[in-house]
Amino acid sequence: MPVQPIKFYQTGSFVVGNRLLAPDRRSVQARADRTNSLNCGHRACQGCGEALGARYALDAAMRATGNQMVAVNSTGCLEVFSTPYPETSWRIPWLHSLFGNAPAVATGVAAGLKAKGRDDVRVVGQGGDGGTVDIGFACLSGMFERNDDVLFICYDNEAYMNTGVQRSGATPPAARTTTTPAVGPEPGNVFGQGKNVPAIAMAHEIPYVATATVADLRDLEYKVTRAMEFHGARYLHILVPCPLGWGSASCDTVRIARLAKESGLFPVFEAERGEITDVSKIRHRVPVEDYLRLQSRYAHLFGEYGSPGTVARLQEIADRNIRRYGLLEEA
Amino acid sequence: MLRQVEGSRAVADAVALCRPGVVCAYPISPQTHIVEALAEHVKSGRLAPCEFVTVESEFAAMSVAIGASAVGARAYTATASQGLLYMAEAVYNASGLGLPIVMTVANRAIGAPINIWNDHSDSMSQRDSGWIQLYAETNQEAADLHVQAFRIAEELSLPVMVCMDGFVLTHAWEQVDTPTQEEVDAFLPPYEPRQVLDPADPVSIGAMVGPEAFTEVRYLAHARQMQALELIPDVAARFAEAFGRNSGGLVHPYRTDDADTVVMALGSVLGTIKDTVDEMRRDGVRIGVLGITSFRPFPLDAVRAAVGDAHHVVVLEKALAVGIGGIVTANVRMAVVPEHVSTVIAGLGGRAITKASLRRMLDEAVAGRLEPLTFLDLNRQLIGNELARMAAGRRSGPMAENMLRDLGAVASRIG
Ligand SMILES: Cc1ncc(C[n+]2csc(CCOP(=O)(O)OP(=O)(O)O)c2C)c(N)n1
Ligand code: SF4
Ligand SMILES: [Mg+2]
Repeated sequence: MPVQPIKFYQTGSFVVGNRLLAPDRRSVQARADRTNSLNCGHRACQGCGEALGARYALDAAMRATGNQMVAVNSTGCLEVFSTPYPETSWRIPWLHSLFGNAPAVATGVAAGLKAKGRDDVRVVGQGGDGGTVDIGFACLSGMFERNDDVLFICYDNEAYMNTGVQRSGATPPAARTTTTPAVGPEPGNVFGQGKNVPAIAMAHEIPYVATATVADLRDLEYKVTRAMEFHGARYLHILVPCPLGWGSASCDTVRIARLAKESGLFPVFEAERGEITDVSKIRHRVPVEDYLRLQSRYAHLFGEYGSPGTVARLQEIADRNIRRYGLLEEA
Repeated sequence: MLRQVEGSRAVADAVALCRPGVVCAYPISPQTHIVEALAEHVKSGRLAPCEFVTVESEFAAMSVAIGASAVGARAYTATASQGLLYMAEAVYNASGLGLPIVMTVANRAIGAPINIWNDHSDSMSQRDSGWIQLYAETNQEAADLHVQAFRIAEELSLPVMVCMDGFVLTHAWEQVDTPTQEEVDAFLPPYEPRQVLDPADPVSIGAMVGPEAFTEVRYLAHARQMQALELIPDVAARFAEAFGRNSGGLVHPYRTDDADTVVMALGSVLGTIKDTVDEMRRDGVRIGVLGITSFRPFPLDAVRAAVGDAHHVVVLEKALAVGIGGIVTANVRMAVVPEHVSTVIAGLGGRAITKASLRRMLDEAVAGRLEPLTFLDLNRQLIGNELARMAAGRRSGPMAENMLRDLGAVASRIG
């Protein structure tokens, strides 16, 4: 067996270099037999977190299912950038029906496969935050409640990006979108609104719920793989920064995702049947400001006419998450 | 086997004999008895393998059917009225994707005002959705049309809507001949999809299509419906051969050969119209009836042939295109001399269409005195009262409720 020389290097990001790991623990993306489910040639913006997340998630799902998988996609950036006619970047069986029905279509795929005796083929539904927490929510909740054999993945970029960055039920407070402009006495999205769909998913007591970000792609792959060990309804909510909508540099996508987690604004955890089973601890706590400053959707909070009070309120949200989910290592 | 059976049960039994792999259902009157009966078929194990999915809305029902059909399972659902509108976006999507789903529409009015009784407003609203639409005249035909529908749908990769009048048919107990499983199996081959989501041969379905090919994709949908103009009568003929009775086809002409006046309609009202026409024939009036079974595709040639030299064409419609009048009429006028055609709006929200009213109206038609647009049995007094109230002051209040107050405690006459 050829021996691979081990090289130690410092990434400064807690990332473990693949070559330090045993072959079976390496990223799916590091393997020659990865499926390239979402192949190159698609038209996502440079640095698109959604494209990155989808590629990792689906390749991991393909690996977990022995390539026996069908994907259903709601309307949104992921669907549009991947299939401009007559090209498609999908190398897996893939169906797009509508914006608000992907969880139900996925249920239909699962039911159809079962009726045809294809118990070996698994189903992944996927969509943006709009397609998941807003317009697709009834279908999602129905799929959860019936415990249909579907893994649904929400790529959360915190707004309706495909239509030009409008506010969704997942848009955070203070964020500027085109329908929550940074004007008036309380610029940006208002406080006290929005829904926490991972928590709502847990309230359905489905077999598996998890959150992840594109900063920790090994964790993302692990959660997809873990999800595929269960049958029934499963939900994975992935934070995927959007350079266009968030007003961030394309090279900062992974960094911003990491800061969302390390500040406490985006708790990363997993849960089984409604109980949290594991939480990704904050390894290097940062103030929310570090996260906010990299994104022009929060630009109105800083500078001469900035709003330190609003930043403090966002910090409170992060602090509450840290308490609620126990995000800090015990001293 | 000949049985005395409720229409809904007859349809559910026929659907079960077609061995659907996925049935999804959301309840709405008057569709409920159909899906309840199918639930029993599946739960008892008589219909297997079949997944019965109790969805959270009609939108989900059609969406589940879309997913199931796309992996090659035979998919069925049923709805009516508000439910059909609630699923409308997915209705168009199913036909756009070319998925051969079969759906029963238990025809019912659309609100507001909310009304559970029969007319054709619901299915007519979806006439341009790309679905084939077949209208049943009797419960026997409703049951038979479902067996034919799966065959037509799957041969053309187009979804088919079987429309049957709510309550009038769905809840009526009649003699219906239900075929055996062997007979249906011999008539309806297993579903062989043209496109299927299969890990062994991955395809993308539902890609974005821009102006460079959109027209061509739509054209092909139209071309397939034009093919249906030949396939529908062909399937009806083969059905007659296999089962020994005539059901389906494009149109049902009745005593039209030498007719000066032809009355056209869809669905169960054809029975009452034929009785009235028989009476008029006995009185020496040269009048006939044309039942339109296939409304989509619309059989222009068959309608033209049946009308022949008749000078008066009366289209009796159970739906209203507010702002213009007839819906079926607009289609009929493309087949015959437009000036010969008058519209009669009748039976809205379940109002009874009686022989006496039909006779009065048809006598006018034969005499050439029928207005281009007539509302059968319109209560002008009720309308006058409300118009007077509206003229008297700005805050005249909710219209429908005012009219009900005027009417007082009368029972709804639906039959
Ligand atoms: C019924 C319906 N309403 C609205 C739209 C328009 N629409 C298409 S994609 C989209 C935004 C998608 O947002 P999201 O689900 O968050 O995905 P993203 O593009 O952000 O990845 C909207 C509003 C539509 N296609 N269908
Ligand atoms: S707008 Fe955002 S989500 Fe859409 S492709 Fe660009 S970066 Fe990705
Ligand atoms: Mg989004």
